[in-house]
Amino acid sequence: MSTDAVLYDHPGPRARIRNWILTAVFGAGLLALFYWIYLKFDEKGQWAATLWKPFLEQSTWVDFILPGLQQTLSAALVAMVLSLTFGVLFAVGRLSDHWWVRVPAGIVVEFFRAVPLLLLIFFIFFGLPYVIEDLRMEAFWAVVAGLTLYNGSVLAEAFRAGVQAVPRGQSEAAYGIGMRKNQVMRYILIPQAARAMLPVIVSQLVVLVKDTALGYIISFPELLQLGVNVLSANYANVVAAAIVVAIIYIIINSLLTALAGWVDRLTRRRGIRVPRTSANPGQTGVQPTAAAQNTTVSSGLGGG
Amino acid sequence: MRFSRIAAVATAAVLAMSAAACGGGDGGDAGSGGSADGVIGKAASGKLIIGVKGDQPGLGLQTGTTYEGFDIEIGKIVAKGLGLDPSKVEWKTTASANRESFIEQGQVDIVIATYTINDDRKKRVAFAGPYYEAGQDLLVKADNTDITGPESLAGKKVCSVTGSTPAKRIKSDYPDAQLQEFDTYSKCVTALDGGQVDAVTTDDIILAGYAAQSQYAGKLKVIGKPFSKEPYGIAVKKTDTAGCAKINEILKAAATDGTYKTAWDTTLGKSGTPAKDLAVASLTNCPA
Amino acid sequence: MDFLSDPDNVDLYLTGFSWILRLTGAGALGALVLGVILAGMRVSPVPVLRAFGAGWVNTFRNTPLTLIIFFCYFGLYSTLGLTLDSEDIALNNFWLGVLGLSVYTAAFVCEAIRSGINTVPPGQAEAARALGLSFFQVLRIIVLPQAGRAVIAPLGSIFIALAKNSTIVGTIGLAESSSAMKTMIETYSSQTILIFLLFAGTFAAVLIPTGYFFGWLANRLAVKR
Repeated sequence: MSTDAVLYDHPGPRARIRNWILTAVFGAGLLALFYWIYLKFDEKGQWAATLWKPFLEQSTWVDFILPGLQQTLSAALVAMVLSLTFGVLFAVGRLSDHWWVRVPAGIVVEFFRAVPLLLLIFFIFFGLPYVIEDLRMEAFWAVVAGLTLYNGSVLAEAFRAGVQAVPRGQSEAAYGIGMRKNQVMRYILIPQAARAMLPVIVSQLVVLVKDTALGYIISFPELLQLGVNVLSANYANVVAAAIVVAIIYIIINSLLTALAGWVDRLTRRRGIRVPRTSANPGQTGVQPTAAAQNTTVSSGLGGG
Repeated sequence: MRFSRIAAVATAAVLAMSAAACGGGDGGDAGSGGSADGVIGKAASGKLIIGVKGDQPGLGLQTGTTYEGFDIEIGKIVAKGLGLDPSKVEWKTTASANRESFIEQGQVDIVIATYTINDDRKKRVAFAGPYYEAGQDLLVKADNTDITGPESLAGKKVCSVTGSTPAKRIKSDYPDAQLQEFDTYSKCVTALDGGQVDAVTTDDIILAGYAAQSQYAGKLKVIGKPFSKEPYGIAVKKTDTAGCAKINEILKAAATDGTYKTAWDTTLGKSGTPAKDLAVASLTNCPA
Repeated sequence: MDFLSDPDNVDLYLTGFSWILRLTGAGALGALVLGVILAGMRVSPVPVLRAFGAGWVNTFRNTPLTLIIFFCYFGLYSTLGLTLDSEDIALNNFWLGVLGLSVYTAAFVCEAIRSGINTVPPGQAEAARALGLSFFQVLRIIVLPQAGRAVIAPLGSIFIALAKNSTIVGTIGLAESSSAMKTMIETYSSQTILIFLLFAGTFAAVLIPTGYFFGWLANRLAVKR
């Protein structure tokens, strides 16, 4: 559905001229702004060769940026696998018929969705060793555990909303042919829910990649720590380093987002559509509607 | 019915797993009274992990795969004194807040990381040294004349690291100064260079490291009137008395045979500041 | 909880959360205004505006917030000389933080509103155009009011995330909750778990009910079709 074209008529000759003028004015303003920023940075000497030259040297990349990137990506990857597992298990837990499974699962999910990740990582790293004696806390695992608890909880809600959005006929038919609840969940509901919620899941994974940056609070040697903090201690170029690192994050996350878009189009072509919950509130009841909306559009929002 | 039982087990499994994930390592070693577990034993087994700072030029700076600075040179002297080739040392970056727990958990054997000896920390680790007596000082622009010491900070913007001792001291003793906090000193120095803050405050030796950086050569100066005493120690496990005493002996030897001076000259001394003599008489911090 | 017998700590705790509240409030307002404008740009007939909106969303949604806040200080303030309060360091950092949070969150608000626009049946806009309404009129009178109701729940989630994200402004030295927790743990390390539970509990106690409130509001205001 192309939203854009519905809102305005196909531009006629006058509209085209108006659009052209707007384009020219806005474009010129934007260019002027960029030029002004360039001048200001120049005035402060931010384009000085000494600040940028390190990025032409191999050692900067081999010793700082690439190892940082590797830590960022491996923490993100491990956390992705664990969060997806956590998400499925807790989604199923919250849908359980037994209150003693449903309630604790609900409390865990709601709690970790509401606590800032920065606090969580900080506590896991510094606090847990005080609580559990002889615990060896590696920064890597503190970051992964924090990311898993937070993103896993968000994903649990996404899966739950997805399961509830699968038309009831599906599970009724499955029960009808004699499947047990476990089988219905595994063979019928979860696969459909996962596919329907794929865009949400992938955009949450983008958040996860960005949030590895919060590892800076415990000196986890990821991209931000090595590429900005340590690198700039060597070359005194903190602004330049931050610009380069930001561009790397944007590239990685754009690739992930592009992947999400591609997967989304792929599933659409196969004719699988996410039931639009707001359009048919009667079908899934009252609470699920909100839950589904909650997660559908905005789960892609994390810490840093 | 069966399904929900599985769900319950699975939920428990995840809880256990996430707890285990936090665990990571092998639980560390309990009680390290014997010399086999102290730094002497560790060095004899051919491997020593030294915790250092990674982002402080001149003191402990990670330069890619390796580290350099005064603290690193001291670490090499200690390793050599323990009979270990310095190339066998594994350097590990520590943050200020996790130095005690890293020692306690056995993630590092020794910490040499601008680590001030104080009574609170002595409750958890044993300190050899001090190998250097630093003091809180101020770093300002080279052409600054109106900041001459902490008394002249009223109304000025001073930068330090969030939650650090120097930051706390400014808050409590010089409340008229405006305190800007960042997570690293590099950012403070960048803000000083850009004119957003008037001074950076922390230990003089750390400030000297920044002033000596080629990018800031001639642009910044350390006031040179330290207003606190920060004896830097070398931390080992609290129970490792033998190791602690041994490190003191190594330091004593280094003071007399000139390796201590060389360590200074090849790092912070490059900025032209002459080495201070290591006060051999004060090497008395080991627990009895 | 004897760390709370120290009046300094009570002060740290209260100051921390009052900064979080102010950051969230001001940030939400900024993000909402910016987000609506950006969403309007992204569905507008002018290609350069559409490109600008898309560029904004892709840039800011994909950059860690820590870096955005960093650029607010070292880019906008240090280099471009944007001083928001020349007297008080804390207030200056607060407004820089609000700016960063708004710019970042606006990207998410924009996308939420755009998908809200998607839920409005095309017939609505077509009918409006058939009546001769201009793009602005279609958007303002017909589409946005309906889309707005559809995005209440997602906006709720976005603002809840904003409240949690405001802890990141601590990186430029604002004494908000995460900095307060850090400072307290450093002095009262034996009571770490209590301190954590106090801070995390406060966030949970405020944010979980807020989440349910937005869910309830969304249901009440949902456009029944």
